[in-house]
Amino acid sequence: MAAIEFKNVTKKFGNHVVIENINLKIKDGSFTVLVGPSGCGKTTLLRMIAGIGPQTSGQVLIDGNDVTEIAPGKRGVAMVFQNYAIYPTMNVRDNIEFGLKNNKIPKEERDILVKEASEKVGLEEYLDRKPSTLSGGQRQRVALARAMVKKPSVFLMDEPLSNLDAKLRVQMRVELIELHKKLQTTFVYVTHDQVEAMSMADTVILMNNGFIQQIAAPEEIYRNPANLFTARFIGSPAMNIVELNDGIRLGFRPERGILSDEADPKADFSVEGQVVTREMLGRETTYSVRDPQGRTYMVTGLDDPYKVDDKVYLNVSLKHIYFFGKDEQRIYEEDAQQYQACLEALRRGL
Amino acid sequence: MKNVKDRFWEKIGPYLLVAPAMTGIALFVIYPIIKLISMSFYKVNQLNPDKTKFVGFSNYQKMFKTAEFQKALVNTGYYALFMILIVLGCSLILAVWLGSKKSRVNSAAQASAFLPHIISMVSVGLIFQQMMDPDYGIFNALLGAMGLQKSQFLRSSDSAMNSVIFTSAWKSIGYYTLILIAALQSIPESIYEAADLDNAGSVRTFFKITLPMISPQIFFVLIVMTIGNFKVFETIRVMTSGGPNNATTSLVYYIYNKVFMDFDVGRAAAGGVILLIIVGIMTVLYFVSLSKKVHYQ
Repeated sequence: MAAIEFKNVTKKFGNHVVIENINLKIKDGSFTVLVGPSGCGKTTLLRMIAGIGPQTSGQVLIDGNDVTEIAPGKRGVAMVFQNYAIYPTMNVRDNIEFGLKNNKIPKEERDILVKEASEKVGLEEYLDRKPSTLSGGQRQRVALARAMVKKPSVFLMDEPLSNLDAKLRVQMRVELIELHKKLQTTFVYVTHDQVEAMSMADTVILMNNGFIQQIAAPEEIYRNPANLFTARFIGSPAMNIVELNDGIRLGFRPERGILSDEADPKADFSVEGQVVTREMLGRETTYSVRDPQGRTYMVTGLDDPYKVDDKVYLNVSLKHIYFFGKDEQRIYEEDAQQYQACLEALRRGL
Repeated sequence: MKNVKDRFWEKIGPYLLVAPAMTGIALFVIYPIIKLISMSFYKVNQLNPDKTKFVGFSNYQKMFKTAEFQKALVNTGYYALFMILIVLGCSLILAVWLGSKKSRVNSAAQASAFLPHIISMVSVGLIFQQMMDPDYGIFNALLGAMGLQKSQFLRSSDSAMNSVIFTSAWKSIGYYTLILIAALQSIPESIYEAADLDNAGSVRTFFKITLPMISPQIFFVLIVMTIGNFKVFETIRVMTSGGPNNATTSLVYYIYNKVFMDFDVGRAAAGGVILLIIVGIMTVLYFVSLSKKVHYQ
């Protein structure tokens, strides 16, 4: 168990600055997911914790101790790589045991630990197999067992599910959540998939271009995005963003838009439009609606009353509308002066 | 029902398709081997083929009794053994050093290590012969300057073979280094990172991860080198002509001598058959003993 802290950390590759002066705390025992588009620096951050891509300047602290000078193998961290990085020349047992042997753990203890770890991931019967004879999901489990067996205080995972098929991914997601519950150690998980982030994390760290956009619980980051980037990145389909006057932008989630045959006089935001596409997804239906100005809105709903080319009105009530200022930061209701300006802009219409 | 034409193609077609290649192999590989083996049982008279007569195993019996052939056999074994040890060892060390990181010094060193490979063996042999001259050569000048004992190099039967090995090794190390560098660079970086996180020291990483990962290429190098070294000829022909006192006569040089000096084709053919058998046995031995330890992905 360990908390992780970044203090004024900068990372450069040559002259290219990937992460600049980041400060961040990851709570002990949390399941923290670093999420963001490719190239945002999330994997770089993870590798700095592991020590396999050390920071250019600043400090990384694990459990309050500066680990800058400590070798990766002595930091008490374990990592699951995207391509698993299993040793192909060793069988499953040797793969799991390798770290233990290096740490000079006696044979009897090793046997117990290997048995325990392989049982936890369901690999007992495969211990003598070579990795090349295993399926993708099984290799994934080998990588997990190899990380687990060392009883690390921090688990690092770099997109560990991205090479699995969709069904297995959902299954492994659940298993990882359960694993975290069982082990109660700090998990730091990197992904570009917001669904993974939302479903597994207790804390989501959203990054873009090397900067942290927001740190919050999944529901918080979804319901209360701090800026335009967060609002657009989290949620699928993405939040609808409409530009008002003075650079002010308004946003609402697709499920908060209500389609009707007539304009709703009580709605705070209402536009007339035409259904352009309709995707029936089973449980819900996603419409895209285009207004006369050519703007497209995504609307999802459980009901499915409209067809393509139908004329509809899209209504949204104020409590589901988010405002963003010129600087792309959220304008909160508490900020009365600016909020009034937003309402004024909304009243004046599009 | 399939018609006759289809059936004909199903049966004969594949054979027709491989026929050109098989003809080539039969003509240029199988026929010469059979011819070689048959010749080794004859006393061949090249000027008057009618006088060529069957002598059974007499070529072999006589050959094995001569000191020249025995010496050639021992020399070839000695040459092959030390070449393999030296070249494999040196190219592995060089490859690990040069392949570890990309820098200008490393790529320059890599290029210069490879350079000897593109020079012809004859030139290399002649140049080294000059440099190894006991009286005027640069090697003895250097040894003298460093206060070390001078060597007779090619002129003494004690040091001639080692001098030849030194020259050949110098020429071939670069080539095998290149093969091993390519092998090393095909190992994914993340495996080393995983080993780092598993707290594996650099020695342990090398023996438990690097070496097993490049074992197929090492195996390949081993076989190619064994076969090549048992066939050593050029260096010896250029540098020593088998001397002094047969100290550097190799199997192939013996064969060459029998054909072009003694005009005894039958005896030479017998030598060729022995070479074929030795190389064949070595290759089979390698496959049987090493294949279990070699890791193929």
